[in-house]
Amino acid sequence: MTDNRRLRTRWLGAQPIGGLFALPYFVFVIAIFAYPLAFAVYIAFHDYFFTAPNVEVDRPFVGFDNFVTVLTDPRVLGSFRNTLVFLVINVPLTAVLSLVLAAALNTGIRWVAAYRVAFYVPYLTASVSLVGVWMLLFSGNGLINTILGPLAPDPSWLVNSGLAMPMIAFYVTWKQLGFYILLYLAALQNVPKELYESAETDGAGALKRFLHVTIPGVRSATTLVLILSIITGANLFTEPYLLTNGGGPDGASSTPVLLIYQLGIQQQNPDTAAAIGMILVILVGMLSLAANRATRER
Amino acid sequence: MMRRTRSLPRILSIILLTAAAIGFAFPFYFMLVGAFQENPTNSPSELLPTSGWTVDNFIAIDSRIDLMGSLLNSLIFTAGVLLGTVVFGLLAGYAIARLDFRGRGVIWVLMLLVQMVPFQLLMIPLYVQITRNYGLGDSYMGMILPFLINTTAVFIFVQFFKALPVEIFEAARIDGAGEIRLLTSVAIPLIKPVLVTVVLVTFIGPWNEFLWPFLITKDATLQPLAVSLANYISNVAQSTANPNGAILAGATALAFPVVILFVVFQRFFTATDLGAAVKG
Repeated sequence: MTDNRRLRTRWLGAQPIGGLFALPYFVFVIAIFAYPLAFAVYIAFHDYFFTAPNVEVDRPFVGFDNFVTVLTDPRVLGSFRNTLVFLVINVPLTAVLSLVLAAALNTGIRWVAAYRVAFYVPYLTASVSLVGVWMLLFSGNGLINTILGPLAPDPSWLVNSGLAMPMIAFYVTWKQLGFYILLYLAALQNVPKELYESAETDGAGALKRFLHVTIPGVRSATTLVLILSIITGANLFTEPYLLTNGGGPDGASSTPVLLIYQLGIQQQNPDTAAAIGMILVILVGMLSLAANRATRER
Repeated sequence: MMRRTRSLPRILSIILLTAAAIGFAFPFYFMLVGAFQENPTNSPSELLPTSGWTVDNFIAIDSRIDLMGSLLNSLIFTAGVLLGTVVFGLLAGYAIARLDFRGRGVIWVLMLLVQMVPFQLLMIPLYVQITRNYGLGDSYMGMILPFLINTTAVFIFVQFFKALPVEIFEAARIDGAGEIRLLTSVAIPLIKPVLVTVVLVTFIGPWNEFLWPFLITKDATLQPLAVSLANYISNVAQSTANPNGAILAGATALAFPVVILFVVFQRFFTATDLGAAVKG
C-alpha cells in the first residue's frame, strides 16, 4: 500500500490532480502556439495553397523558393524599408519621451494620478477609435491643416508618400507612450534615493543627476522599452490599413503584416506570406538582441 | 533648502506634463464633442460649441453598422476570453504554483516559450487551421479560441499563488480538504484583488482587438464593433454625406466602455501587473 503510494508519487508527483488542472492550458498551448508554429514553417517551405476542407492535394516541398520570391518582391522590400523608417522615428522618440515624462511625474508634484490617466487613456483605447479621430484631424481639410493654413503640407499628411509612414510612427508613439511611462515610473521607484543625495552633495545639478543617476538607474527598463517598441513596430497592421487606406500612397506606408494579409489571405498565397512572417521574426529577433546588447551594463 | 534647489525642475515638470497631457487628451475631447455635434467641423473656432448638440450621429452610424449588435458581439468575444482565462487560468496557475505533479516543469517552459512567439508567425497557420481545418470561420468560437487562455494572466496567477504562505495549505490539507476545495475556498478568496486586475488587463485585449476578428469574420452580424467600425471607416464613409459625426460616434461607443472601466478601477492597475501584461 505505502509502496504503491510511493511509486505513484514518484511517477505522477504528490498531487497528480495538478496535471488535470493544468491540462486545458497545456492543450491550448499545443493547439494555438506549438502546432501552428510548426505548421508555419511547413507552409513556408512548401507550395501551399488553399483548398476546400479535406481535399487531398499534392503540396510539394520547394526549399527556399518562397523566400526567394519574397526577397525579390519590391513590395516586400518596400514594406521592410517602411518598417525601418517607422522604427528610426518611433523607438528613440518613445524611449526619450516616456523617460522624460516619467521622471517629471516622479518629481513629487501634485495631481500625479490625473496626469497618469491622461497619458494612459490612449493606450487603453482601441486603435480603430483613435485612428478615426486622427484621420479627421489630419485630413486635407482637417483641423490641423485649418490651423496651419498655407503651411499645411501638400499633398496632405496621410496621402503624402514622404509623410505617411512618419505620421504612423508619431501616431503609435502617442498611442503607446502611456504604457512605457508606467514602465519607467516603476523602474524609477527602484533607483536608490542615496544616489541622488550623494550626487547632489557632489554638486551635480538636475540635468547632471538625470544623466548620471537616472538614466543608468533605469537601464533594464530601457532595454524592455526598446524591445517592446521594436516588436510593436514589426506588428503594425491596423494603422497602415485604416489610417493610410491600406498602406498608401503607393505602398509608402505598407508594412510586412499588411502584406501577409494582402498576399496570404486576399490573394491566396499563404506560402509566401508565411515566408514573410519568418523573415520578419528573424529580423525582429536580431534587432531586439542588438537593443539588448546596446543597453547592457558594461 | 532641498525644496528650493528642486523648485525649478518641478516647475519645468509641471509645464511639460501639462503640455503633454493636453496633447494626449485633446483627441478624446475632439472625439467626444464631435460625436454629439450636428455638424462636426474642422474649424478651430468651433472647438467649444455652444449649440448643435444631438445624438443623431449615433443614429446615423447605427443605421449602417448595427451598433447594438456589434457591441454585443464585442461583449460576447470579450466575455468568452475572460471566462476561459479566469477558469482555466486559475486552475493552471494554482497547479503550477502549488501542486507537485508530473509535467509541471514542461508546462512552465511552454509558458515561457509562448510569451516569445510573435503573432506574425501564427497569423497564417492559425487562419488556415481555424477557418479551414476546424471550420470555425464566422463563429464566436473561432474568434475566441486564439485568446481563450491569456498566458500573461496565468503568469500573474502563478506569481500570487506562490506568494501565499505554505502553512495555510498544509493546515487545510491536514483538515482533509481536497485540492478543488483548497483552490475554491482557500486560494481564490486570498487572491481576489489580483483577480480584478487580471480581469481588467485581459478585458482590454479582446475588446480592442481588430486584426484577428477582422480576418475570420466575413458575416457582418458576427463582427465586433472594432471590425464593423473599421469597415465603415474604410468602405462606407466616403459614400455618405456627413461621415465625420458618424465615425466619431462609433469611435466613442467603442472607446468609452474601456475608458470608464479604467477610470473606475484605476487603483487596481499597477505598473508591475502591466509590465507582465505586455504580451496578451
